[in-house]
Amino acid sequence: MRILMFGWEFPPFNSGGLGTACLGLTRALSRSGHEITFVLPKQLDLKVDYMDVLFADVPRLRVKAVNSPLAGYLTDHRYRVLMGALPPELARLYGRDLYEETQRYAEKAQAIAATVEHDVIHAHDWLSFPAGMAAKAVSGRPLVAHVHATEFDRTADGGVNQPVYESERAGMHAADAVVAVSHYTKERVGRHYGIAPEKIHVVHNGVDPRDIVRLGASKLNDHYKIVLFLGRITVQKGPDWFLKAARLVLERDKDVLFIVAGAGDMERQVIMDAADSGIADRVIFAGFRRGKDIDRLYQMADLYVLPSVSEPFGITALEAVQNGTPVIVSKQSGVREVLPEALQVDFWDTRKMADEILRVLSHREDAKRLGERQRAALPGITWDAAAIKLASLYKDVAAVRA
Amino acid sequence: MASVCFYFQVHQPFRVKPYSIFEIGEDREYFGDRSHLNLNNGKILRKVAEKCYLPANAVMLALLERHPEFRVSYSLSGTVLDQFELYAPEVLDSFRRLVATGRVDLLAETSHHSLAAVYSPEEFRTQVNNHVARLERLFGVRPTIFRNTELIYDDRIAKLVEDMGFSGILAEGADHVLDWRSPAFVYRPKGCKRISLLLKNYRLSDDIAFRFSNRDWAEWPLTAPKFARWVDQVNGNGNLVNLFMDYETFGEHQWRDTGIFDFLSHLPEQILKHPDNDFVTVSEAVRRYEPVAVLDVPHTISWADIERDLSAWRSNAMQEASLKAIFALEREVKASGDDRVLEDWRRLTTSDHFYYMCTKWFSDGDVHKYFNPYDSPYDAFVSYMNVIHDITLRLKTRATTYEHV
Repeated sequence: MRILMFGWEFPPFNSGGLGTACLGLTRALSRSGHEITFVLPKQLDLKVDYMDVLFADVPRLRVKAVNSPLAGYLTDHRYRVLMGALPPELARLYGRDLYEETQRYAEKAQAIAATVEHDVIHAHDWLSFPAGMAAKAVSGRPLVAHVHATEFDRTADGGVNQPVYESERAGMHAADAVVAVSHYTKERVGRHYGIAPEKIHVVHNGVDPRDIVRLGASKLNDHYKIVLFLGRITVQKGPDWFLKAARLVLERDKDVLFIVAGAGDMERQVIMDAADSGIADRVIFAGFRRGKDIDRLYQMADLYVLPSVSEPFGITALEAVQNGTPVIVSKQSGVREVLPEALQVDFWDTRKMADEILRVLSHREDAKRLGERQRAALPGITWDAAAIKLASLYKDVAAVRA
Repeated sequence: MASVCFYFQVHQPFRVKPYSIFEIGEDREYFGDRSHLNLNNGKILRKVAEKCYLPANAVMLALLERHPEFRVSYSLSGTVLDQFELYAPEVLDSFRRLVATGRVDLLAETSHHSLAAVYSPEEFRTQVNNHVARLERLFGVRPTIFRNTELIYDDRIAKLVEDMGFSGILAEGADHVLDWRSPAFVYRPKGCKRISLLLKNYRLSDDIAFRFSNRDWAEWPLTAPKFARWVDQVNGNGNLVNLFMDYETFGEHQWRDTGIFDFLSHLPEQILKHPDNDFVTVSEAVRRYEPVAVLDVPHTISWADIERDLSAWRSNAMQEASLKAIFALEREVKASGDDRVLEDWRRLTTSDHFYYMCTKWFSDGDVHKYFNPYDSPYDAFVSYMNVIHDITLRLKTRATTYEHV
């Protein structure tokens, strides 16, 4: 099958799990013989509209970059700040606000759809929904709208942005099928966007099996037990709840270090809060990390916590488990559906979270066994498994269209 | 009589390099940035030596030769002395030549330009004694007048310094402390019996240090004759014109092309045109003029920002947390018997580290941002705390073998 895919970010140009998911999926689809043209916005230095980006390690994948400053997790406010920082002659190339830019991007996408042969259109999350719809209008091919996160997740149910919501809703309704990354997300999509359950197909994310290289312990491990948060530092991911639990843990055990890795709009607030609550000497801010550094952090940690307020999936939990680190995940997450051995707490129940952290940290042997049990689930949670489900969905929607 | 008393602060901190979680336990060169960043201490020192220290010292030496009446006083922090020795020994030599004229005073301060006066009297005394001994070694003179880091001052600190045997101490002539009084007189700190207090004339000092090149200032351009007239006006109203400022004013904060060096070169001759004007060093000022009144300073003052208090170093949670963390290690660091840990720890007590974490006006981008080599106060805090983690590990493992920079 020939797939025309629209996304916002693709490694190494990513800032979160969406890029990881897009790479995992396209790789698995290409392995099973599908041809993918992946279109993504990328601010190009030159005044060119398009550029082919080569990814040598994935056959049957073409990445086409459209000159646009759109990027993962962008908000209208940030977009305007970015535009303000550009020289006027460059800023003039792009839309005045985020929504205008998604429309401009959609028009560019339409031109690609008119020239690239494809059987199905697949769009990831709201920024690329207008592009997917525009492509469908020109080629008449079926559209799959893939929901990795909704506006309700990103804002932790507070202050949903109406234009974003409308883009999401329009995309889902225009689509021939909606893919949700978990049953948790399917339920929310049905409830908030009025999509019939039979139109929503759950395709869980996964993690590609790989050999984990042990990168050597940190000297911090000789003196402390280490608990890790790794994710964007935003209200959605619950870093504030993590620190609340940290404070409770430290009241009972001073020899625990908490690592906060990631970047995001709450970073400064979280740093100040850690200092303010008297635990600055037990919290280390590791910043935004990639690749090997992320593995090092997982391996340093005795425990990984995913305290998200609303987490459609939560790939990081799988990556932690892959590195042999046991995980506690929020009950408000999708990953718990595929990782039943994960310890689970409500994000707001910091007392329970602290209890669970202390329990894992104080029984090393139990923790090791817990990590092994969690890891035993991984062989079933792969991108290949996700690709098989997607392929069959493509076939179904293509058949209906034909 | 109007005696002009110049005191210049010469200081550079050992800035902490970007130090991430992965350096903890692995890398002890906390101050060893070698990049193009403004955290590369050697690079900065050499730049400031070129732009300020060397040319300004040349001007001073010429002025001392030309005018037998000319006097000037310096306070050189221990960390800047370290950096002269490491990166620009010729600067140290030029200061030696100035001191050798016998008309240049050196002030005592803490060896590490630290906030120890606020946090640990014991460490404060040690740092001051170490620094005095070092000045004697390097310059052959023993300071009798003290100035604390950033002119941080209150009654308690004055007493601490008097008990150490100093005959004078410097402070900011802050309006809220002076009220109707004038900084043109010598005062006696409340609770003290012998020590004299010299107060900065901040208006005239800041005319040079901050406003000199400001074209929006009504008095721009500031010329030597004009400034000398302002000094003349003190005649009959007081004894002293205390011009206290950072030495980096000359050539670094005010660039050469503003005319600051010409201004400096011509100022003494203009001031000396008035027969009742002269120059004094800080120790001459204390010897010549008796205190006129007791000054009560119960709350700590400094020469920083509009507030003239401790808020530049201690007004947000990051600053409080890092100050608490560094001074909490004092006992353990000293008990370790490891001189390298002790020296690293002392370098971390330098006030500048906490200044870089200041978020006052952070978004407005004023002086704090101008003087901040980090991208943000948060970055400064994160690197600093990571270094504290490494020091803590060293104390836990009592490692003794490594090469120090």
